[in-house]
Amino acid sequence: MTSALKAFVRFWVDFAIGDDWSIAAAAVLGLGASGALARAGDPAWWPLPVVVIAAVLLSLRRAIARGG
Amino acid sequence: MVAIVVAVGTARSWRASLAGAAGGLLVLAAIVVALGPALERVSLQPLRLVVGALLLVFGLGWLRKGILRVSRDGWMAGGVGYEEVDEDGAVSGRFDWTSFVVSFKGVSLEGLEVAVIVVAFGSAAGDLPSAAAGSAVAVVAVGLLGALAYRLVARIPRRAMQLFVGAMLTTFGTFWAVQGTGATWPGDTWALAWLAGVYLAFSLGASRLATGWRAQRARSAPAALELLEEPT
Repeated sequence: MTSALKAFVRFWVDFAIGDDWSIAAAAVLGLGASGALARAGDPAWWPLPVVVIAAVLLSLRRAIARGG
Repeated sequence: MVAIVVAVGTARSWRASLAGAAGGLLVLAAIVVALGPALERVSLQPLRLVVGALLLVFGLGWLRKGILRVSRDGWMAGGVGYEEVDEDGAVSGRFDWTSFVVSFKGVSLEGLEVAVIVVAFGSAAGDLPSAAAGSAVAVVAVGLLGALAYRLVARIPRRAMQLFVGAMLTTFGTFWAVQGTGATWPGDTWALAWLAGVYLAFSLGASRLATGWRAQRARSAPAALELLEEPT
């Protein structure tokens, strides 16, 4: 039972975070920025794509520098 | 909806992807039967935020892996039909829950949106059965298109497929998650098309950039070794 629960939790953590937690963190940051702008009534569609593109680029740079 | 099922099935596991789609349709049917016309009052915004955010982070993970592999091994290495070793893919013989969840979420969320539209139109016209029959015909037609597209999609090498599927899941995830925050997209649903173009262009540019970084690293590594080995 405990191992099944652990496997379930591990599955969702792997699913949501993947190989680089910084990408998931950037997505949360981008969504927060979009939410804040939407509440203020400003155009709010742009922060998420900008932040995730920057995060993926940085992640790729780090992975290649480490020999990935 | 069909695009997600076909892409995930081709890149990972058909069995799990189709099971996820069937599960999504079953849950959807149960919701429609249970709620009926009350479905119109269901708020999709929180659902879009959660499902969109999960699809986004999962899609970004695949996009990153796809770009890294394409930059390391090229687009066509191994050729068509080459069985690439995929340490992150589905293990043969074991059920791939990741494919199941991605297809399930894609089908249930988009299906729910369609169901809300069908109920809204059907209620407004006072003819829910006709609206439901129309949507059922559309589902069968789109399913047939997906089955036809399978042959084309199956020809794409796996690492390229991973990159394209990552870009597609990232597109859907971004679109829904941003809608879930209460923001609107320029061009409304058409934003899916231009957003897919932006992410695809980024993926192609990033794989070129990553290839350059790899070459730069390969050139600098022997130079650094020579400096270390140089007698003082």
